Amino acid sequence: MSSDSTKKIKLTLPEEEVMSPGHLACQGCGAALAMRYALKGLGKKTIVSIPACCWAVIDGPFPYSAAGIPVQQCAFETAAATASGISHALSQLNMNDVVSLAWAGDGGTFDIGIQALSGAAERNDNIIYVVYDNEAYMNTGIQRSSATPHGAWTTTTPVKHYKKGRKKDIMQIMVAHHIPYCATASVAYPEDFIRKLKKAKQIKGTKFFHLLAPCPTGWKHPPDITIKIARLATETLVFPIYEVENGVYKLNRNVKNPKPVVEYLKLQGRFRHLGDEEIDYIQGVVNEKWNHLMKLIEAFGEN
Amino acid sequence: MKKILTGNFAAAYGATMARVNVIAAYPITPQTTIVELLSEIVADGELDADFIKVESEHSALASCIGAQAAGARTFTATSAQGLALMHELIHWAARARLPIVLANVNRAMAPGWSIWADATDSISQRDTGWMQIYCENNQEVFDTILMSYKIGENEEVLLPTLVNLDAFFLSHTSQVVDIYDRKRVDSFLPPYNPKIKLDVEKPRAFGGLTSPENYYEFSYKIELSHQKAKQVIRDVGKEFGKIFGREYGLTESYMCDDAEFILIDYGTIAGTAKDAVDRMRKRGIRVGSLKIRYFRPFPEEEVREIAGKAASIGVIDRAISYGHSGPFFSEVKASLYGKTIPIYGFIAGLGGRDVSIREIESMVEYMQNNKPQNIVWIGVKR
Repeated sequence: MSSDSTKKIKLTLPEEEVMSPGHLACQGCGAALAMRYALKGLGKKTIVSIPACCWAVIDGPFPYSAAGIPVQQCAFETAAATASGISHALSQLNMNDVVSLAWAGDGGTFDIGIQALSGAAERNDNIIYVVYDNEAYMNTGIQRSSATPHGAWTTTTPVKHYKKGRKKDIMQIMVAHHIPYCATASVAYPEDFIRKLKKAKQIKGTKFFHLLAPCPTGWKHPPDITIKIARLATETLVFPIYEVENGVYKLNRNVKNPKPVVEYLKLQGRFRHLGDEEIDYIQGVVNEKWNHLMKLIEAFGEN
Repeated sequence: MKKILTGNFAAAYGATMARVNVIAAYPITPQTTIVELLSEIVADGELDADFIKVESEHSALASCIGAQAAGARTFTATSAQGLALMHELIHWAARARLPIVLANVNRAMAPGWSIWADATDSISQRDTGWMQIYCENNQEVFDTILMSYKIGENEEVLLPTLVNLDAFFLSHTSQVVDIYDRKRVDSFLPPYNPKIKLDVEKPRAFGGLTSPENYYEFSYKIELSHQKAKQVIRDVGKEFGKIFGREYGLTESYMCDDAEFILIDYGTIAGTAKDAVDRMRKRGIRVGSLKIRYFRPFPEEEVREIAGKAASIGVIDRAISYGHSGPFFSEVKASLYGKTIPIYGFIAGLGGRDVSIREIESMVEYMQNNKPQNIVWIGVKR
């Protein structure tokens, strides 16, 4: 490649790689990509607390570590509390330029870790909390969590008894804590994620990210369409990309011509058993949630 | 400066004088006044620390673990149910080699709800890798917290410490406590400066997946540190004595040198036992009391050396390990393996039942007239 042509390439992501290859994630893992992007956004002056979740393994076994930053592994339900402790230590030791990041899966956030997260948010401790949501307990082998969507197969919601009941709305729960910043993000839109992280870094208090991280192993899709699936989640309105800054809602990706939800579902083996009636029901739930978000944006948006 | 302080306030002043950087704690009776006083001390700026008012004991210890790993000196306090809720993190703190100090007000476990003294809560944390101390009076609570940081932070040790004080008998009882001057305490206990911590300049990962190739050695090293800690405890206790005039060891011996009967005890019962010893000595019975301060590391050497000379030994436990005996009793018996001294296990004062001087005398009378038993119930209503 000539030097002329390299000049023409405009990088939309920071060039620096903090995380190294050689991690232990499955092929096409959304969570591995998410950390890579997160550290591009936050930089090396970050300490991460990782509870039991896929990333407890992805980082590598002792004495290896792929993150490239200090890693504190912590008990399943303690990501937020551990990150709070680190944040207060950093403040006491006059290291206020270092970010305390909590990095947990949906089980560690929606389920077992929600108490500690709620506590940290209520105290408005100075942390960035990212839940990389792969919609089930993937590290233990695909068991349902309260983030598993209606209709999904998991090993504890087998095909005949697939998950019935809606996914917990973690964003609404966190917005209700009146923390300064809540955002959704997706591995399909790294520029958006990195922009939001950079913004969060400048805000003092609790910053919460709900990030969608497809899991080829648990969602039963080929590893090379992780990004396509993540993008479809947004294009079908299943996973809207928005932020809530000091209570003000903003849609970050407008979807003018939403695709039917079936296009998202049909690519994933975990939804293969669903009939038309169930798919219609899921479409209805997605529409209802989207309309609810639009009303929130209308009522509590900018201007 | 001498002050009249409850045991809880002595604990709070201990943490204050140790200049802890981060406190994370949650209220529970009868520990609550530790948290209350510390929150006031921090809010008033008397201590430059961050107080994290967490939503549970579980998060209290998790936050201390995070803060201590990042290089801060931390303190927390709890009791009974709170300590039990912390259990997973109790293991974590020790295996992570973080010299956190936790003041535990010994209280009985529910049900039925009881807020009164009983050591079963802390005994249940026996195998976690923490050092455990039982205090007799409020001065000892204050002194022990200062020493615990010095001992735990020693590079040969690097272990957390559970400082135990009996519910109400110490937590809410006022005694004279000598609060030493700032300068002397600072020279005794320099700021915490760990060699290895979460450091963005030198990133390391702590606590990751550990194969059978390595886990075994981590456990081995914890035990090695417990054994090394014994000498560190003796040395720090002597240094403390030189600076502040109060010397401490793993045990404290009272009238044991020529004793025919030795009572082995811990916590506030040790204080009552001294009075009982005095009364019995006046009647010509050669009795002594050996107070055990450290349950972990267990002072096997001191027990063998001091109690090994007695004709008869009685161990007083304010706790029980169901299905066997009092927990201190079994440790004492194991320490004296190979000797033929009769050893009696007395269970007394569970759930805060008062243990009187008269009852302690009755234990010696029992030893004079009966064969040894693993469990002798004192004052039980059958």
